[in-house]
Amino acid sequence: MSAHILTRSLDRAATAFILIVAAVGILIPLSNLLLPQGSFLQVPTYLVALWGKYVCYAILALSIDLIWGYCGILSLGHGAFFALGGYAMGMYLMRQIGSRGVYGNPILPDFMVFLNWDKLPWYWYGFDIFPFAALMVLLVPGLLAFCFGWLAFRSRVTGVYLSIITQAMTYALLLAFFRNDFGFGGNNGLTDFKDILGFNVQADGTRAALFALSCLALIVGFLICRAIVTSKLGKVLIAVRDAESRTRFLGYRVESYKLFVFTLSACMAGVAGALYVPQVGIINPSEFAPGNSIEAVIWVAVGGRGTLVGAALGAVVVNYAKTFFTSGPLAPYWLFMLGALFILVTLLLPKGIVGTFNSWWEPWRAQRVSANTTSAAREDGISEPNPAE
Amino acid sequence: MNVMDTRATSAMLYLDGVHVSFDGFHAINNLSLALEPGEMRAIIGPNGAGKTTMMDIITGKTRPDEGTVLFDGVTDLTRLDETSIAELGIGRKFQKPTVFESQTVQDNLLLALNVDHSVRGTLFWRESKAETERIQKVLETIRLADARNRLAGSLSHGQKQWLEIGMLLAQDPKLLLVDEPVAGMTDVETHQTAELLKEINKDHTIMVVEHDMTFVRELGVKVTCLHEGTVLAEGSIDQVSSNERVVEVYLGR
Repeated sequence: MSAHILTRSLDRAATAFILIVAAVGILIPLSNLLLPQGSFLQVPTYLVALWGKYVCYAILALSIDLIWGYCGILSLGHGAFFALGGYAMGMYLMRQIGSRGVYGNPILPDFMVFLNWDKLPWYWYGFDIFPFAALMVLLVPGLLAFCFGWLAFRSRVTGVYLSIITQAMTYALLLAFFRNDFGFGGNNGLTDFKDILGFNVQADGTRAALFALSCLALIVGFLICRAIVTSKLGKVLIAVRDAESRTRFLGYRVESYKLFVFTLSACMAGVAGALYVPQVGIINPSEFAPGNSIEAVIWVAVGGRGTLVGAALGAVVVNYAKTFFTSGPLAPYWLFMLGALFILVTLLLPKGIVGTFNSWWEPWRAQRVSANTTSAAREDGISEPNPAE
Repeated sequence: MNVMDTRATSAMLYLDGVHVSFDGFHAINNLSLALEPGEMRAIIGPNGAGKTTMMDIITGKTRPDEGTVLFDGVTDLTRLDETSIAELGIGRKFQKPTVFESQTVQDNLLLALNVDHSVRGTLFWRESKAETERIQKVLETIRLADARNRLAGSLSHGQKQWLEIGMLLAQDPKLLLVDEPVAGMTDVETHQTAELLKEINKDHTIMVVEHDMTFVRELGVKVTCLHEGTVLAEGSIDQVSSNERVVEVYLGR
C-alpha cells in the first residue's frame, strides 16, 4: 500500500538531498573516529557536536516548513515542542546519572536533593526506562499540539491570531519551567549528563553515533514530509493555505487536516529536541524563549518556504553564520545582522534560497521536459498522454 | 444531522420565514423560496438585496436567526457546517472566482472530486482510471483540456470562472449554487456559459444569481427577484421585468 507513496515522493532533488545528508551522516563520524587527530581531513569532535546541533535545527525547520510552507499555519511557538522533546530526553539522562551526582542520591536528581525533596514527583516515574522516555519525546509535544490545535482550529483561529497564541503558549511554558517547584530544575534546567544507553555522552564514539542518528532522523523526517506533500493530502494542505473557505465548501474538514499536520509537526520538533539535548549537554527553560521560535521561522524563510529542502538548508546556513559571527569581533551585532538578513531575504529573495533557485531552474527544466513529453508520459503511469495534442 | 421521518416537502431546497440580521441590519427578511428537483432558478435583485447572504445561509457560512432551511425535504441545513453541507451534495461557485491559484487546472478538479475527503483517504489516495476519465470529461466540458497543466492563477478571468464551474461538475452535487457566473465575461463567453448551465441542468438542480439580464433571459427559466432580503416577485423573466415594483426597485423611486 505504501510503495507508491515512497516512489512518488522521491524526485531528483529529494533523492539528491537524501544522498547528501546520508553521505554527511556517514563520512563525518568516520573521519572523526578513524583518521588520526590533527590530520587535515579529520573532523574534530567539537565540530561533530556543533554540526549535530545544526542537523537537529534542520529537523525543527522541516517541521515548521510542513505546517507553514504547505498549510499556512505560522507557528511562532514551535520551539516549545522542540524543548519539550528535549526535556523528555533530559529527564532520561538525569535518571541515568544515578548515584554519581554531587549528592550521590541514587534516585533523586541533584536539584531535587538541593530543594530538600524527599521523593521523586510522579511525573518523573518511568523516565529511567529509555523506551518510555523515547515514547514521551513523541507523546508530550504531540499531545500538547493536539489539544492546542483542537481548540484553536475548531474555533477557526487563523493567521496572526494563531501566531500570537503560539507565542503565548511557549512563553507560558518558559515561565512555568523557570519555577523551581515545577520540578524540572528551574532556571538551571537539566545538565551534567553522564550516559545514554550505557555509553558516555562525552565520548567521541557516542557523539559520532548521535550525529549519525540525527542525520538519519533528518532523512526519515524529510521522507515523511515528502510523502505527505506529494500525496493528495499535500494538495489539500496547499488548498487550505491558499483558500481555506473554498476548501471547506468542497467538503474537506479543514480543522482535521490542520490538526493532523500540526500534531505530526510537533512530534518531529520533539524528536529534534531529544537529539539536540545529549549533543549540547544541557536543556534549560531558555529553549522556550519566544525568540528561539521566531528565529526558527527565519531559517525557513531564508532557505525557502514550502520547499522542505530549503528549510533544512536555511537552518544550517543561518546557524553556521550565527556561529561564525558570534565567535568573532562582530559578536555584539549578530542580532542586527539576523534582523537585516530577514528584511533582505523578504525584499530580495521572497521565495528564499531554494525557492529562488527553483524559479530560475524550472523554466529551463520545463522546456526540456516538454521536449521529452511523449516518452515521459509513457514512463509515468499516473499522467496519461493528452489526447488533445 | 436532524433527519425527520418523512419528507416535509417535495422541494430540493426549501426556505421558509428565514431572518438574518447583522448588527441590527436585516439582511434577510422573512424569505421563503422553494426549488423543485431538476429545476434551474435565476435569482436577481439589486445590490444588497441579500442574494449572497442567502447562499451563505444555504451553505452553512451564516446561521439564520430564525426560519427553516430544508435540503431534499429532510435535512435541516441550519444545524450543519460548511463541510457537512458540501458532503450532502450542495456545491457553490463564488461571486469572485475562487480557484486554487498555485495548483494546476487538473489538480483543482482533482481536489473537487466527490471522493473520500478524510485525512487518511487523501494520504493513501491513488488516482484511479475512473477519476482520470472524469477529470478529462470535465476538462473537455469547460474547454480547458489544453490548459490542464497550467497553474490556475495564470488563467484569464473567464477561464477561472469556467474552472470553478468545472470544479462544481467534478463535485457532482445535487444542488449547484452559482453566484454571478458571467461577471467580467465577454458576450461570447456569456453565451457559452448559458449553454453550459443548461447542459448541466439536465441532471442537476441549479440556483443562479446574476445581474446580467440578457444572460438570465437566455437561460429562459423561472426568475425570483429579491429586494431587501425578501421575495419581491417570482415568475418568467417577462413577468418579473414588467412588474412595477421590480422596475421601481431597479431604477430607484
